[in-house]
Amino acid sequence: MERIPILKMNEFLLVSIQVDMHDRLAMTLQDDLTDRIVRDRARGVLIDISSLEIVDSFIGRMIGNIAAMSRVLDAETVVVGMRPAVAITLVELGLALPGVRTSLNVDKGMELLRSSLARGGNGHRDAGR
Amino acid sequence: MAIRGRSRLSDVVSKHEAAILTDWIKEQLAAVKAADRIGEAELRTECARFLTLLKVALRSDGSHDVSSAAWSETRELLGELSRSRARAGYSPSETAAFVLSLKRPLFDRLRGEIGGDADALADEVWQTTLVLDRLALFTTELHQKSRDEIILRQQQDMLELSTPVVQLWESILALPLIGTLDSARTQVVMENLLQRIVETGASIAIIDITGVPTVDTLVAQHLLKTVAAARLMGADCIISGIRPQIAQTIVHLGVELSSVITKATLADAFVIALQRTGATIGRATKA
Repeated sequence: MERIPILKMNEFLLVSIQVDMHDRLAMTLQDDLTDRIVRDRARGVLIDISSLEIVDSFIGRMIGNIAAMSRVLDAETVVVGMRPAVAITLVELGLALPGVRTSLNVDKGMELLRSSLARGGNGHRDAGR
Repeated sequence: MAIRGRSRLSDVVSKHEAAILTDWIKEQLAAVKAADRIGEAELRTECARFLTLLKVALRSDGSHDVSSAAWSETRELLGELSRSRARAGYSPSETAAFVLSLKRPLFDRLRGEIGGDADALADEVWQTTLVLDRLALFTTELHQKSRDEIILRQQQDMLELSTPVVQLWESILALPLIGTLDSARTQVVMENLLQRIVETGASIAIIDITGVPTVDTLVAQHLLKTVAAARLMGADCIISGIRPQIAQTIVHLGVELSSVITKATLADAFVIALQRTGATIGRATKA
């Protein structure tokens, strides 16, 4: 079965979505990622969607859900590399992903994760800010 | 009857061409205040060309159907004329007056030639009126069309001109909005901004609405959409240039802007943006 690989880097998990997301794949990713966060005791998750060209309301909500679940498991989530067209589509769909932190590229995303970890390390407190 | 009428008119034009031309120009200079906008010499050239073409067309075509091939050169001249006059800011009636003012000189000559025969005269006058009216309508139509083209072009120019995205500092962009924000413009603004965020790697965008005349719920919604889209790309937005009047309107309308940083002036927003990116500004002390 097709799976999206999840890479571990120190206390962070990296997910790069390189293929077209379909609903089954998104559900599998959700399962895998929550498992891994618990197993690896990850403190941060970085999701790279720079290859994602098409997004629908389901996938949009999925990204929001994954971020919310990670936060419950005390891991900060940053979504990086969203394309302009995808951003416009999500906004038009009314999915502005209010709880999700975003960055332009992987570099800035890692910086954001490190600084928020250094500031207190608690995803709850940081996200509530 | 029609055939005799046609030849008479073209005969009259050929015979009295110079006199008609003089009268016609005099008529136009007297009637149209546009005389100061267009030189008399230029007017004379235009009139002479038109009269020559009219003469040729009248002789070769008996039907007085101005859309036929025999009139193509006349139509071309009139087209050129109305386009240039539309650009120069003439009104449609002023443009049509070019053709219509030819009536009086022509009628005068016709009366001089066949004054005795009332029936023939009436017939000739009718034919002449028909031709000139059609030509005048043609100029008006073309005039309108060229004006429409001008307006369309200006609209596009405005759309492009009014949505610049400028880089103020390393990773700080500014988007000075001028004019009303409708959905079409919001789309352009949003696309421009997001594209520039990708190009420059900016982390903060300042949207300055000093030049936006009014902010209603729809405009506010468009602004918030732009902010949300920029946030998804990883850039924070600051809205600046909110005039007192607009602040009042926003509150009265119950628009929720609390999710966005707002500042009264672009300068304040810039200071905040610099602080966010870790830069500081200060005055250099003179030695």
